[in-house]
Amino acid sequence: MRPETEAELAEMIAAARGPLHVQGGGTRSVGRPVTGDVVQTGGMSGISLYEPGALTLVVKAGTPLAEIEAALEAEGQRLPFEPMDHRGLLGTDGTPTIGGVVASNASGPRRIQVGACRDFMLGVRFVDGQGTVIKNGGRVMKNVTGYDLVKLLCGSWGTLGVLSEVSLKVLPKPGSAATLTLHGLDVAQAVAAMSRALGSPYEITGAAHDAQAGETLLRIEGFEQSVAYRAGQIQALFADHDVSLDTDPDAVAQVWCGIRDVAPLKDGKGDVWRLSVKPSDAPLVAARLEAEALLFDWGGGLIWAQVPEGTDLRARMGSVAGHATLVRGSAASRAALPVFHPEPAPLAQISEGLRKRFDPRGILNPGLMA
Amino acid sequence: MEMPVPNADVIARKAQIVAALARVLPEGGVISDVAETRAYECDALTAYRCAPLAVVLPGSTEEVSAVLKICHDMGVPVVPRGSGTSLAGGALPTADCVILGVARMNEVIETDYENRYIRVQTGRTNLSVTGAVEQEDFFYAPDPSSQLACAIAGNIAMNSGGAHCLKYGVTTNNLLGVTLVLMDGTVTEIGGAHLDSGGLDLLGLICGSEGQLGVVTEATLRILRKPEGARPVLMGFESNEVAGACVSDIIKAGVLPVAIEFMDRPCIEACEAFAHAGYPMCEALLIVEVEGSPAEIDEQLALILDIARRHDPVELREAKDADEAGRIWLGRKSAFGAMGQINDYMCLDGTIPVTALPFVLKRIGELGKQYGLGVANVFHAGDGNMHPLILFDANKPGDLELCEAMGADILRLCVEVGGCLTGEHGVGIEKRDLMTDQFAPDDLEAQMGVKDVFDPKWLLNPSKVFPLAVSESRRYVALAAE
Repeated sequence: MRPETEAELAEMIAAARGPLHVQGGGTRSVGRPVTGDVVQTGGMSGISLYEPGALTLVVKAGTPLAEIEAALEAEGQRLPFEPMDHRGLLGTDGTPTIGGVVASNASGPRRIQVGACRDFMLGVRFVDGQGTVIKNGGRVMKNVTGYDLVKLLCGSWGTLGVLSEVSLKVLPKPGSAATLTLHGLDVAQAVAAMSRALGSPYEITGAAHDAQAGETLLRIEGFEQSVAYRAGQIQALFADHDVSLDTDPDAVAQVWCGIRDVAPLKDGKGDVWRLSVKPSDAPLVAARLEAEALLFDWGGGLIWAQVPEGTDLRARMGSVAGHATLVRGSAASRAALPVFHPEPAPLAQISEGLRKRFDPRGILNPGLMA
Repeated sequence: MEMPVPNADVIARKAQIVAALARVLPEGGVISDVAETRAYECDALTAYRCAPLAVVLPGSTEEVSAVLKICHDMGVPVVPRGSGTSLAGGALPTADCVILGVARMNEVIETDYENRYIRVQTGRTNLSVTGAVEQEDFFYAPDPSSQLACAIAGNIAMNSGGAHCLKYGVTTNNLLGVTLVLMDGTVTEIGGAHLDSGGLDLLGLICGSEGQLGVVTEATLRILRKPEGARPVLMGFESNEVAGACVSDIIKAGVLPVAIEFMDRPCIEACEAFAHAGYPMCEALLIVEVEGSPAEIDEQLALILDIARRHDPVELREAKDADEAGRIWLGRKSAFGAMGQINDYMCLDGTIPVTALPFVLKRIGELGKQYGLGVANVFHAGDGNMHPLILFDANKPGDLELCEAMGADILRLCVEVGGCLTGEHGVGIEKRDLMTDQFAPDDLEAQMGVKDVFDPKWLLNPSKVFPLAVSESRRYVALAAE
């Protein structure tokens, strides 16, 4: 099924007699395998409204991400949360859509400074499991009118409703950027260094550590003179370290795309997990994971770990607070292990209650987030 | 505003209810004396007052849980209360309710500079969160005008904003985790020192739910390192349209000021008379503030001043030092006090697309003439969050009603141009009956369905947010089930 309009989407869902497998571009095959008739949102495409002077964008959910990025680029703006492209890591092809970005709350390295996809969401229109069209939020930057279903839908992987239109806050794209690389640090030293940089007033917009390469990367963005000044301040902060500075725009963009898309892990075999922890817990967690490869983002708070197929990495986390998602897993791994982090009982009950409310027949990506 | 008829059965059981609450709280934790409960009869929406059945002041999450379990089991509505600074009537009691105040729970639980967060009990005031970390040069970003008094509990309930959210976001963007007590007394943790959710974003749902889904007793908040410096610039313009266009051009140019504040002539005149800040007498005034090192500030201000000059300003004043910066902010920060000196006023809070600013200001002026009431505008222009202040005389019969009718017209106008009823104050009772202007029945049904999941008996702050007629069957069913 490939609806062209929201009304058609609503009719299709209302008329459905069995499970539906909701897909944007089909590039983010995360979650328990779903069987059912495929609903592709790509037919609902196009920018409905873009006001650069108001930093707002309203767009149909099936719009290709590339089309949005090109429109923003033309006005010197961007999606600030730097959504990850899952194709490299998951080996999928297809066209990533904005609906998929929102449904997965896909957020990149800049999350540590500016926020996640959910933080830039202004409004949604969606169709629930009964075929009812619902809107929430709007297209303005400050809005506390009623409950925030926008955040609930963002990251719900199509299990509460099928997005038909989303509105987002965008931001100006700074003219300059630089990467500072600290060489030869172990995980504990790297996390400490990233914490020091992030706790400085110099507005670090990326802090990552590639354990294999032994490189700790810090990103600075802004006006040219400001970037030069802050890069100098950070270098002074790490005067006793081996630090290199790169200000070539293409090189900076490329290295952070690599972090965003987990490039250091994409050619490996086995399962890939994504963990969110308190940054200072990262060294302890990393030691426990016995992973084949590790990439740290968000100052250490986001850990990408590659482990042999079927490894229950959550068990290795032990009592450390946070959550782990099996992002790349074989069908066997995904059938054997919960893909999304099990919630404590009261929250599991609430989540279950919300799913029953929005999708009483249990037909939208059933079981995907189980 | 209409409030529901209180449940006579609950009122009749007052003695039993108070006795049960007293059993789980320390001495002085329950207030039931009629004279004393009157201190809780209203919040900052003072036009509406009603003394509650009783007030409880628990000192811990465990006590909150025990209180809620009792009220749940006895079918008693509960209205949570932070510091009572809501302008929307979010903490307005009903005669059959227990006010649950978190004011006694104001401790800092943990401060972690390495991971940049603070964990506090939610009765702590907004400003004292920053106060707890500023010796290390950190701060908590959301800064509502009432930050000296307002509690984090209320900030979370209303998803409060402030003057600096263009850069730093509002409460929901700075909230990492909460301890939530459900109406049946269940205590649960959502989020924590890590980022984002491993499942559905329940934290995002709780924030801004106006105390209707649960009571938040502890919160983990993101703290940020203070910028090296900040400097405001003041600009005066011949018309609201020109000032609006200037705002839009600044944003388009790629600068992101931390604040862009807008004041119109009635507001400038009132502030000037009150605070003597030395503001120019003109139609519209902007205060734009940027942050960074001295050189970074110079670079950004040069760009901003260039843009401003293209709009023929009648005044451009750059702060040279802290004293001059203080003077630029002085008038703006005393705006509400200044208006209060002249008149009673009602402060609205609709948000509009920034591009609609000139049109909306013009229409508000016309509405003022039509209703015969004065309006002053002072607001966060960068994010379109308007704060029209409608002036009225509380002692003049019919004036409050006239003012409310005009306020409703202004908020409908905000919705018409693509905006919303409330940007940072919340719906409460104030905007409750206008919700049907912004939302279709299915939209409201979806939101009420969420409350059904968290609070099936509709006992938590039940008569807020949704129009009474819309929520009636749910509240009625909950009562009938007793």
